[in-house]
Amino acid sequence: MSEHDVRLTVNGARQRGRVESRTNLADFLREDLGLTGTHLACEHGVCGACTVLVDGRAVRACLMLAVQADGTEVTTVEGIAAPDGTLSPVQQAFMECHGLQCGFCTPGFVVTVTAFLEANPDPTEAEIREGIAGNLCRCTGYQGIVEAVKLAATRLREGVDA
Amino acid sequence: MSDHGIGAGRYVGQAVQRKEDPRLLTGHGRYVDDVTVPRMLHAAFVRSDLAAATIRSIDVSEALALDGVVAVLTGHDLNGIAGSMQPSMNVENSPFPCAPLRPLAVTDVRFVGDPVALVVAESRAVAEDAAELVFVDYEPTPAVATIEAALADGAPLVHPEFGTNVPVDFPMPADPEVEALFASAAHVVEHRIVQHRYNPVPMEPRGVIAGYDNVTGELDVWLSTQGPHEARLTFSRLTGVPEQHVRVRMGDVGGGFGQKFFTGHDEQVVVLAAKHLGRAIKWIEDRRENLLAATHSRSDLADVALALDADGRILAAKFDHVEDAGAFPVGGLGGVGPFVSMLFPGPYRIPKIWWRSRIVCTNTCGRGAYRGPWMFETTAREEILDVAARAVGIDPREIRRINVVADDDQPYNTATGMMFERVTPATTLEHATQVIDYDGFRATQAAAFAEGRLLGIGIGLYIEPTSSPAGSLGVEAAKVRLEPGGSVTVFLGTAAHGQSIETTMAQVVAEHLGVPYEQVAVIQGDTDRTPFGGGTGGSRTAVIAGNATRLAAQRVREKVVEVAAHLLEAAPEDLEVADGRVAVRGTPSRAVTLAEVATAVHNVGGVAVDVPRVLEATGRYETQGMTWSNACHVCTVEVDRVTGQVTIGRYVVSEDCGRMINPMVVEGQVQGGVAQGVGGVLYEHFVYDDDGNPLTTTFLDYLLPTAVEVPRVEIDHVVTDGGNPSGVKGMGEGGAIGSVPAVFNAVADALSLVGATVLDQPLTPLRVVEALEAAGA
Ligand code: FES
Ligand code: FES
Repeated sequence: MSEHDVRLTVNGARQRGRVESRTNLADFLREDLGLTGTHLACEHGVCGACTVLVDGRAVRACLMLAVQADGTEVTTVEGIAAPDGTLSPVQQAFMECHGLQCGFCTPGFVVTVTAFLEANPDPTEAEIREGIAGNLCRCTGYQGIVEAVKLAATRLREGVDA
Repeated sequence: MSDHGIGAGRYVGQAVQRKEDPRLLTGHGRYVDDVTVPRMLHAAFVRSDLAAATIRSIDVSEALALDGVVAVLTGHDLNGIAGSMQPSMNVENSPFPCAPLRPLAVTDVRFVGDPVALVVAESRAVAEDAAELVFVDYEPTPAVATIEAALADGAPLVHPEFGTNVPVDFPMPADPEVEALFASAAHVVEHRIVQHRYNPVPMEPRGVIAGYDNVTGELDVWLSTQGPHEARLTFSRLTGVPEQHVRVRMGDVGGGFGQKFFTGHDEQVVVLAAKHLGRAIKWIEDRRENLLAATHSRSDLADVALALDADGRILAAKFDHVEDAGAFPVGGLGGVGPFVSMLFPGPYRIPKIWWRSRIVCTNTCGRGAYRGPWMFETTAREEILDVAARAVGIDPREIRRINVVADDDQPYNTATGMMFERVTPATTLEHATQVIDYDGFRATQAAAFAEGRLLGIGIGLYIEPTSSPAGSLGVEAAKVRLEPGGSVTVFLGTAAHGQSIETTMAQVVAEHLGVPYEQVAVIQGDTDRTPFGGGTGGSRTAVIAGNATRLAAQRVREKVVEVAAHLLEAAPEDLEVADGRVAVRGTPSRAVTLAEVATAVHNVGGVAVDVPRVLEATGRYETQGMTWSNACHVCTVEVDRVTGQVTIGRYVVSEDCGRMINPMVVEGQVQGGVAQGVGGVLYEHFVYDDDGNPLTTTFLDYLLPTAVEVPRVEIDHVVTDGGNPSGVKGMGEGGAIGSVPAVFNAVADALSLVGATVLDQPLTPLRVVEALEAAGA
């Protein structure tokens, strides 16, 4: 199996690694960098649990090879809160609206919603539901998640600190 | 008897925010795959791709030759050293036979996914590569993939050891009175009701890390589980390592819904391999394996009949139930079988009933618990009730009103021997139908139909058995300790995997000990640190662990008061504890903090010898019989006449789970359960072909509902004291129970407008279109 050097920025820190060509980005983040917040729930691109931002766009890390991320800027769920641990407005809203139970899908939702609200700061409920339909949650019935997206959107628009 | 005035406490009854959330929201949770132990190896299973076959030979030589492969284990290595693989409930005295479990198949395989070998390697990737290089030579044999095939005359036997495919057959003797009631009834309806196979599908698949130290004899296990203590017992029996040398830990667990309640087969194989090799091994199930070989659920059918008088009053029922256990059910054969029949009457007065309960084995993945494992009783009863209402010519709500167990009927003994009390099915029926404006909907439905549109409304009314007094599941202990700095640690045998137990049990302690919620931490999921407990499942935590926790907190409070009385030179009865301070009632300035109390106790000479000097207490609670909760689900749908697509309109639940510890958590459980029921009725279906080949082993084929399909759930709470010190009732499973008939009946109601009928699930667009076509509509 051939190996490749990769250099990328992850949550603001420069990283380098040597990976097999078949290693996907999720495994690289989890195993080589120890960033275990990115979860794998299907490994075939359906559930969205592995969602990370690559150059600002939400991407399924199980479907992207680590070598493809060479030279990119990656943000994982570990990079969403402030360095002092203060939750982002999206994370804070998930907490207040009970948008998570077991938490396994949560990193993927937090990252997806963060990107979604940047693209659509004032979504309708139908748009929210469409916007998160690529992420599966087995615990919440999505209701708390939808409420959280609404709350986060309002706060982000109003520029209110979470 | 319904008491809506049960007041909330300072913490109990409040929607406080969860202690679990900050770590889970920031990627700092720790699930089993996030744990790494030194020199850890990785495992992958070789699984049968035939539903039934004789094994002629297994060739592991190529796999063993691959760089990085440490061992390729087969049944020849492991089966001879394995002890019992049964969970505790089925080890002794079980009235039901146990499936012939073995770690790895040696002579023959019995379902697609049946493990044949375990590859252990330096990395997961190498283990998977090597698994592809294990060659198993099979001689295929005939398989039975369905209940009907398993029951057929001369059917091939799944387990020749049983000599039958029906290891459990529990018939009541024929009852002439029932027959007479049917013979003379104004209306008789009978139907075969089928519930298809669908699965728990936790987002985190199963996983284990097992390490065995040959020198110390310690077996150290990390497990994705709902019950670490049960797992420890299982692993001890399996490996022969004494209980005190087995430690089972769990971190965060990404859902279970019953699938992780009993220790799974594959996890046991990995533990046994670790013991055998003397090395630590990690196995993380992938999604295909989870869908194929973890546990399957539902998959029931019943011939159901009701005899009714001219007004729709039920006179008698017959319920002939068959449950598909698959090949190797997890948690034992017959875990719920007859219980389904005993619960069949549900919240209705059914004076006479005949029932029969059979469990059949098929060459499919073993059945396992799933949120309301017995819930087919609700599906079958609520669906036949709507059929009966249409036969009698009355509204489905009316037939329920006529037959529902009223408050004055209680305690109510069912014809099957259940005793219901403190339940409010009649109230929740009225509330739910009022909230959804049932009468208004009927008018809307008629107007829409005049335009050719098909709208429908459906009801699911049920009573949920919670905190069952079954063996070790009926007891829980809790330990509460006041720390030197005044904070409090709670040790529980529970195993949360989404239920917010760190939050709710901290609320209970904060309330009953008198400390701020922020100062309470809850520890679970480590057999070395926590009291023995049956695990989290069966809607048992709030009632059993909750009352144990309450008692422990009260006992610590009593000790605190005694010490403080000494320090303050006051009488204990004059003291009150709140906000982490003990003060003389009426003289708040005369007070000590809990830290001062703890300091006095933890230092030489701090308190006199005759006051208690351990600020720790254990509470034990044993459930006093079943605690019943109840709910009514009502939903509306629109059926597209062209595409067969079902869209849910409004969804209302009126529920009574007694006094709530945290309403936010209760509502989250209801919403999540409803999503699973909606998924089950409309989308999720684990499909086998007739030869037992699985057809739905990815999320592209096994369809979970997304935010677009799952409705908003409007919830109404009816609060009736649960009849235990905390007044609570369990409620974790009900959402997944009532939702199934509510959605089904709504679709059936819509179809009935044009004379179309459906009896089977799932209600895929194809099935709906076929029903419409069959009715010529
Ligand atoms: S793990 Fe990547 S989409 Fe499911
Ligand atoms: S919170 Fe458990 S899967 Fe979403």
